Amino acid sequence: MTETEAVSGRGTREDNNRGIPASGSTTKISARNFSFFYGEHCALRDVSLEIRRNQLFTIMGPSGSGKTTFLRALNRLGNLIPNTRHEGSLKIDGVDVYGKGVDVAELRRRVGMVFALPVALPMSIFSNVAHGPRMQGVRHPKELEEIVEKALRDAILWDEVKDRLSDNASRLSGGQLQRLSIARVLALEPEIILLDEPTSGLDPISTLRIEELLWELVERYTIVLVTHNPLQAARIDSKTAFFLMGELIETGSAYDIFTRPKDKRTEDYVSGKYG
Amino acid sequence: MRNKETLVQWILAIVALSAIAVLALIIIFIFKEGSPIIARLGLTKFITGTKWSPTKGMFGIFPMILGSIQVTLGALLIGVPIGLATAIFLAEMAPPRTSRILKSAIQLLAGIPSVVFGFIGLVILVPFIRQWLGGPGFSVLAAAIVLGIMILPTIVSVCYDVLKAVPPAYREGMLALGATRWQAIKMVVLPAARPGIIASVILGMGRAIGETMAVIMVAGNATKIPVSPLEPVRTLTSNVALEMGYAIGEHREALFATGIVLFIIIALLNTLARIVARPEKV
Ligand SMILES: Nc1ncnc2c1ncn2[C@@H]1O[C@H](COP(=O)(O)OP(=O)(O)OP(=O)(O)O)[C@@H](O)[C@H]1O
Ligand SMILES: [Mg+2]
Repeated sequence: MTETEAVSGRGTREDNNRGIPASGSTTKISARNFSFFYGEHCALRDVSLEIRRNQLFTIMGPSGSGKTTFLRALNRLGNLIPNTRHEGSLKIDGVDVYGKGVDVAELRRRVGMVFALPVALPMSIFSNVAHGPRMQGVRHPKELEEIVEKALRDAILWDEVKDRLSDNASRLSGGQLQRLSIARVLALEPEIILLDEPTSGLDPISTLRIEELLWELVERYTIVLVTHNPLQAARIDSKTAFFLMGELIETGSAYDIFTRPKDKRTEDYVSGKYG
Repeated sequence: MRNKETLVQWILAIVALSAIAVLALIIIFIFKEGSPIIARLGLTKFITGTKWSPTKGMFGIFPMILGSIQVTLGALLIGVPIGLATAIFLAEMAPPRTSRILKSAIQLLAGIPSVVFGFIGLVILVPFIRQWLGGPGFSVLAAAIVLGIMILPTIVSVCYDVLKAVPPAYREGMLALGATRWQAIKMVVLPAARPGIIASVILGMGRAIGETMAVIMVAGNATKIPVSPLEPVRTLTSNVALEMGYAIGEHREALFATGIVLFIIIALLNTLARIVARPEKV
């Protein structure tokens, strides 16, 4: 079975509107001619796209195409790196992310991020998840326990770690760590979740579970998923954008992108000619 | 190839063993010279005796033990917070250029001979304390301040390196959770760097407790127990340095015995620090 058939076999999710009318007011994230530079190197060029509230949005592209750069621009982690700058506008809920008076810590609480290389903060499994809520002032042990359990369950990690919550998180396996990072973000109850290749360290079964999970979570969150793997983009079957060398080549439903790409380069990528 | 490797192993082993042997010889020598008088007076009497008067055959080093501890603790109290704060600023907050310049300036401090620190303490600090805080000026406080400044380069550079070695991913992970920069430092960077920070304190402590010249110049060196930080004090190292030149017989033995006590205190402090430095389970 080819990828294309895999996609066309479903297609139920292709529009991912979830009953919300596609009017301007439901736009969650909007980029207008957004560019991002590391020194002289232009890692994103003139990207314009819109992501709606409660949409699962997949960004697909080969290594070095600027996918991570885009995610890190959204929560302003990117400009922690010296000598970076941006052009154009990037808005969440109509408010410029880079505008004056934006509380960056607050922004990052609303825009949770799961890194490509998952991090175990140097503390217990429990604390890793409880840390965000604690910083927001949740103190009550019972309440924290509930938040942690729910987040771990949502991230499909609970059963594996429920008996060793006080172990140091660095003892988890790579795939478990990846799900721990997801749980950590879920515990924050953000509005947007950015996932940078969240399944790169997972076996096919866990990968499928995470992909299914995304479709559950999107009821509550807006999700931006980054993957370099066209197969995954096809499986997830959501609104998809294709990045190449810092440029947004095209966006569309996975069905369209995989069955009738508008751009030759997209066609080459989804048919496995590069990447 | 195989032979060459065994040869290298042997050379390394011999070098290591001879270093250990030299250390062992020094320790044996000190114990051999110093232990007879401890045996004769009794350890408790030697350690808890409050009177040091070699001409009358009275050898109690309690004031000096207390003096060393006070001066060292005082130095740590001054040097560690300032040093750590400086290291945090340089590693986490200052722009790279500023950080480079300041760091080399602080490292320059390490190259200044201790007699210069003592001299500055003598002409500036001692009169200042005498005039504004009272007492003779030569005091625990003067010694602690001078030592506190002297251990700064050690604390700052070790802490700086340790902080820089904390994986950037920890910092970013915290920031991504909506932590402020200070929260990230406080909650992950410092805990992750804790063993290294404590190591810097041990190094600073070693320097402070062993430093002699600068202390002699500002501490006043009286052999009685200081009851306030403004009173003069004599440390164990000062005691040896001040009197070794002319000591003979029992007196000389008592100075070696002072060395033994110094040795044991340092060993104890190191052990204590190591216990404290064990990474804690969160
Ligand atoms: N900190 C940085 N400093 C300088 N250049 C950078 C930095 N981070 C990324 N880049 C450059 O920006 C471009 C885009 O990188 P980015 O990490 O966004 O790619 P990506 O699409 O996430 O790739 P991958 O799939 O490998 O993660 C690359 O050419 C990369 O070399
Ligand atoms: Mg990436």
